[in-house]
Amino acid sequence: MRPVRIFAIMRKELLQLKRDRISLAMIVGIPIMQILLFGYAINMDVRNLRAAVADQANTHSSRQFVASLAQTQILVIEKAVATPQQLQDLLRAGQISVGVHLPFDFDRRVLDKHRAAAHLLVDGSDPTILGVANQLVNVPLGAMPAAQGLSNVRNIEVRPFYNPERRTAVNVVPGLVGVILTLTMMMFTAVAIVRERERGNLELLINTPISTAQLMIGKVLPYIAIGLIQLALAIAVGRTLFQVPVHGSMLELYVAASVFIAANLSLGLFVSTVAKTQFQAMQVTFFVLLPSILLSGFVFPFDGMPDIARWLGEALPITHFIRITRGIMLKGASISELSHEILALLAFTTIAMSAAVLRFSRRLD
Amino acid sequence: MAFQFRSRCRAAVIHGESRNAMNNEFAISARGLSKSFGDLTAVRGLDLDLPRAQIYGFLGPNGSGKTTAIRMLCGLLKPTSGGAQVLGLSVPGSSDALKPRIGYMTQKFSLYGDLTVLENMQFIADIYALRRQQRKSRIDFLLDDYNLSEKASQLAGTMSGGQKQRLALACAVLHQPELLLLDEPTSAVDPRNRRDFWSKLFELADAGTAILVSTHYMDEAERCHRLAILDHGVKVADGTPAQLQASTGMTVLEIHAQSPREAQIALLANTAIASVTQLGIRLRVLVSDSHKDAAALVASTLHEHGIQSEITKADASLEDVFVASTLQSAEER
Repeated sequence: MRPVRIFAIMRKELLQLKRDRISLAMIVGIPIMQILLFGYAINMDVRNLRAAVADQANTHSSRQFVASLAQTQILVIEKAVATPQQLQDLLRAGQISVGVHLPFDFDRRVLDKHRAAAHLLVDGSDPTILGVANQLVNVPLGAMPAAQGLSNVRNIEVRPFYNPERRTAVNVVPGLVGVILTLTMMMFTAVAIVRERERGNLELLINTPISTAQLMIGKVLPYIAIGLIQLALAIAVGRTLFQVPVHGSMLELYVAASVFIAANLSLGLFVSTVAKTQFQAMQVTFFVLLPSILLSGFVFPFDGMPDIARWLGEALPITHFIRITRGIMLKGASISELSHEILALLAFTTIAMSAAVLRFSRRLD
Repeated sequence: MAFQFRSRCRAAVIHGESRNAMNNEFAISARGLSKSFGDLTAVRGLDLDLPRAQIYGFLGPNGSGKTTAIRMLCGLLKPTSGGAQVLGLSVPGSSDALKPRIGYMTQKFSLYGDLTVLENMQFIADIYALRRQQRKSRIDFLLDDYNLSEKASQLAGTMSGGQKQRLALACAVLHQPELLLLDEPTSAVDPRNRRDFWSKLFELADAGTAILVSTHYMDEAERCHRLAILDHGVKVADGTPAQLQASTGMTVLEIHAQSPREAQIALLANTAIASVTQLGIRLRVLVSDSHKDAAALVASTLHEHGIQSEITKADASLEDVFVASTLQSAEER
């Protein structure tokens, strides 16, 4: 046993680490960033669910009821619409999590213990939201003496949409598809350029007439096809084994997924132009993966997170894609209803791809 | 057979001439080309005129700036100062227009080890956007000409150094470039393969291609039509091998002594003697021409130390040229 040899290896490891800037940054960055992310994202006491109201009664007491719902701070009432159908449209497009419907005869229903006075239309594709919405049935139906007398009667009805049986697989699979694609797609392209640099291929390649854009697009396109195959596999397994539905158009799902895959591939290419080794590229991929799981609405409801976490989440492609998959698969939404999510993904792809092309140098200095 | 060979040579010469007539300039002409990396000056004030249809050598030790100079000439590095005209285009300004017209072979094997020989060639052909007919005929010709036909479906990564180098050259000339830049192409190759490689280079030069090749092998440098010796980023000599050998400014002596090590120590103590190199039992000694009788100088030095010796005069080899010119540049620094 010669400890000097062990020390030799230790010294060498630390010297190499000292010269690997990205790895050093990750040593500090991963714990701080990820703990912050968890701290922000994990919030079981969800508040500020986006909501819209269809107050068809529009009486003094109905308005008072809406006000007391808002006072709970569980709901943030962002819109007022005319009909319950419009509430459903907003739910399907993912613009609200809860729709409050007060029928024309709200005042009479309040006095009638057999009929629900208010309906809460809840997005059941996220189980946490459903749980929180259930707390709202205890909100008093206004300051009316008659209603107070009947306070033990459940006059608010919660209607879960999109996953009425509350099956976990139905909740998890649409988001999980996004996580799988984020991981594999980013990984493919994150190492793409670095690998050619490490193996020396790049010096040859940049001396040929190929342009940076041709190189980048050529590297992205085949992986879009591979990503779509992965998506098809995940959905096939989800449907056959776990009965996860696809209520919307399968074609639209693939179109939307292509844009999402392109966004991740572009981000990977950008990472590839920053990282110096394949190992660094992998580290950066994982650095992006964790917030993609935590801040995207996949695990924790997006509405429950503080502003900073939501802004970060909005900057991640997967956040938009999860809204798309939940929309198309569970809610039967069409791509036109989700157009702003698609636009966000297109914008992300354009920015990441431009950054990759700009950062990539066809020179060695 | 002999007649055929001669007529082929003549055809090549005519071809070369017509090219020169078409564009009478040099393939490369660089003026004051310099490159610094921080404090380190890798290439300093390089002037270079590279004729067409010739092999021009860059001779120099590792770190003398050969690779940096080649990379500047093909636009991979931006010169800190100075510039060059390559095939009539200014570098680095027009390097995009230049790229389709030059072939480049990197020091390290840079094709794809996980593609086969044929797949690599098809890839390069498509990157240069060869037309389909030309693509097939060029690949078939080169596979045959570079002795790679049997290896066509072998993974490039599993081939020997000599085979890899043949493939790399085949890919570099696939698009028939007017100028070939070869960065130490033979550093991982045995002598026999090196000889074959050089005969390929002569064929290409005869067909009109200008070739710039860097090397640290003296025997390779000797084969070049012209060569430049680089030392610490500075060009210290430039000319045909014969010109360089004739103008070292040194007298070359070979000494047989009983104890060459002692003789070497004795001679090095005399500052008038520029260089002493041991070659087995012989010593090769360079004495500046400023000393009238070099042989007498060496003989008396050895005599003082009581060493018996036999001294003969020799012609300067390229290695002597190299030693002499790097010594002079060291004195000037």
